[in-house]
Amino acid sequence: MTPRVVFPNKILPYLLVAPQLAITLVFFYWPAGQAFYQSMLRQDPFGLRTKFVWFANFRKVLADPAYLNSIKVTVVFSLATAIVAMCVALLLAVMAEKVVRGKGLYRTLLIWPYAVAPAIAGMLWLFLFNPSIGSLAYMLRSFGIAWDPLLNGTHAMILLVSAAAWKQISYNFLFFVAGLQAVPKALIEAAAMDGAGETKRFWTIVFPLLAPTTFFLLVVNTVYALFDTFGIVHAVTGGGPGKTTETLVYKVYNDGFVNLILGDSAAQSVILMVIVISLTAIQFRYVERKVHYG
Amino acid sequence: MATVDLKDVKKVYPSGFEAVKGVSIAVPDKELCVLVGPSGCGKSTLLRMIAGLETISSGTVAIDGKIVNSVGPTERDIAMVFQNYALYPHMKVYDNMAYGLRNRGTPKDEIDSRVRATAKILELSALLDRRPRELSGGQRQRVAMGRAIVRNPRVFLFDEPLSNLDAKLRGQMRVEIKNLQRSLGVTSVYVTHDQLEAMTLADILVVMNAGLVEQMGAPLDVYERPASTFVASFIGAPPMNLLALTEGASGAVLADGTAIAFAPREARAATLGFRPEDADVTFNAEAPSGALVLPALVEAVEPVGAESFLHCAAGGNRIVVRVAGRATATVGNQLRVVAKAEKLHWFDQAGKRVG
Repeated sequence: MTPRVVFPNKILPYLLVAPQLAITLVFFYWPAGQAFYQSMLRQDPFGLRTKFVWFANFRKVLADPAYLNSIKVTVVFSLATAIVAMCVALLLAVMAEKVVRGKGLYRTLLIWPYAVAPAIAGMLWLFLFNPSIGSLAYMLRSFGIAWDPLLNGTHAMILLVSAAAWKQISYNFLFFVAGLQAVPKALIEAAAMDGAGETKRFWTIVFPLLAPTTFFLLVVNTVYALFDTFGIVHAVTGGGPGKTTETLVYKVYNDGFVNLILGDSAAQSVILMVIVISLTAIQFRYVERKVHYG
Repeated sequence: MATVDLKDVKKVYPSGFEAVKGVSIAVPDKELCVLVGPSGCGKSTLLRMIAGLETISSGTVAIDGKIVNSVGPTERDIAMVFQNYALYPHMKVYDNMAYGLRNRGTPKDEIDSRVRATAKILELSALLDRRPRELSGGQRQRVAMGRAIVRNPRVFLFDEPLSNLDAKLRGQMRVEIKNLQRSLGVTSVYVTHDQLEAMTLADILVVMNAGLVEQMGAPLDVYERPASTFVASFIGAPPMNLLALTEGASGAVLADGTAIAFAPREARAATLGFRPEDADVTFNAEAPSGALVLPALVEAVEPVGAESFLHCAAGGNRIVVRVAGRATATVGNQLRVVAKAEKLHWFDQAGKRVG
């Protein structure tokens, strides 16, 4: 137990935390409250009259097949992005550990993509895989794959996941490299003397000890895939073709700012907020139990 | 079970640093060989080469007569107790001990009976469901030992296994390790920088310095006939008193010009030494013949209980003399230190033993 610090001054502590509190209030609680209030309003098409409708917007949204589709799209997209980003990053980090010469350069190059803005990353992938001008799309076609993300929803999703995961790999890589370095060398040596081969050592010793890192990245990557990928979706597919890549966040934007159905959009934001809060709570409650910190 | 033979083993790091400069040691079956020396003398590197954790630059390591230079640590069938125990933190004590057996495909019920039997020997039975972080230092040490024993390997290696324990526990574990090793009859190599541990545990004591073996032999032989001034000052606590000799007008004299009353055993002797317990102090003026007599000034008295150590200035050096029980001398006393001639050790210019 750390000893409790007692301030002699009664007001000073509050003054010290005031800036943090102010920021949280202004940029989180206030907008969240506004969204919640807005989610119970309904406006006419010209924005002249506003009616308080209680939870009618929620009922409408949750009954909307397009919204249910969007949930499905989001689940597929988030899971795929988080899994791809983490697996590739772990593989690269394990490989980077084995590099003897030029370790620093190798790592730096792998970390670079993180500095690229989401929209730019999206554009990059969009051009590479553009059916008419993309060089990689050309390669795929020469392998006999009818690559067309503009018309094929699955292709569009693959493209989107690649772009979103690619950007996150660097970040995950950085954490996995640090995590791997924190695994004591003596443990690996002990396991080797205990007769465990390299693959076995990784899965029975290294991977379990990386669990805190993996867990942290799981939370971060899920939140990233849910929220921070708006720019990529916007740049690469715009939610299309049809609604096959319209994630929840993108639908909030589409309904609110493009279709101007503010009540529905606000209701969706509130639902999204509830989803993220419960997801994080579940992750910390149930997944963290299986994680051993040191 | 197994012998361990090192032949002219060398370790050169890519930086050019030579950690081990050609060491040959033969450990007979069932014996415990202790490598002792100051830090950086290459003893740990040598141990890691036997384990297969370091490559061997030249020379050969053979286990049971078979050269294992190119055999990986996984296949050598050796168990090692690490300095920081290296217990798997995410596994329970039981799984820590069972890990090596599982990797070798031992049947489940055999693993269970062997782990439980080993736990019983080491008094770990009640702790099998705990994780390493829930154990005390001594308990962790036992688990590390158990993990090595349960596999019934051909060779045990110990890398300073007691250095993280407090003095009392260290004494206990030392006895336990010795008894275990003897009752299991497993050939062992033990690395330590603690000369007391080395003396009490070893069947064969190997004193190392700067990548080379200074002396090898039974512990008491090494103690009684140190091969060099390095060994003389490293083995024994407090260490041997070493006094430099120079050529004076009437034969050899000490650094401050004090003449020694008789001729050195060898003319080329450059250093003489005697152990603190081989000297006596007297307040009498007359000197016994055939002994080294040094006028000394007591500078400090260390009462240990059963014995006391007098730190004195004598012959231009600081020397330590052990007296039994309570010391009668006090700080500031002038007295004479007497060491019998046959108890003196003589070393040449290079520090090697003569005579």
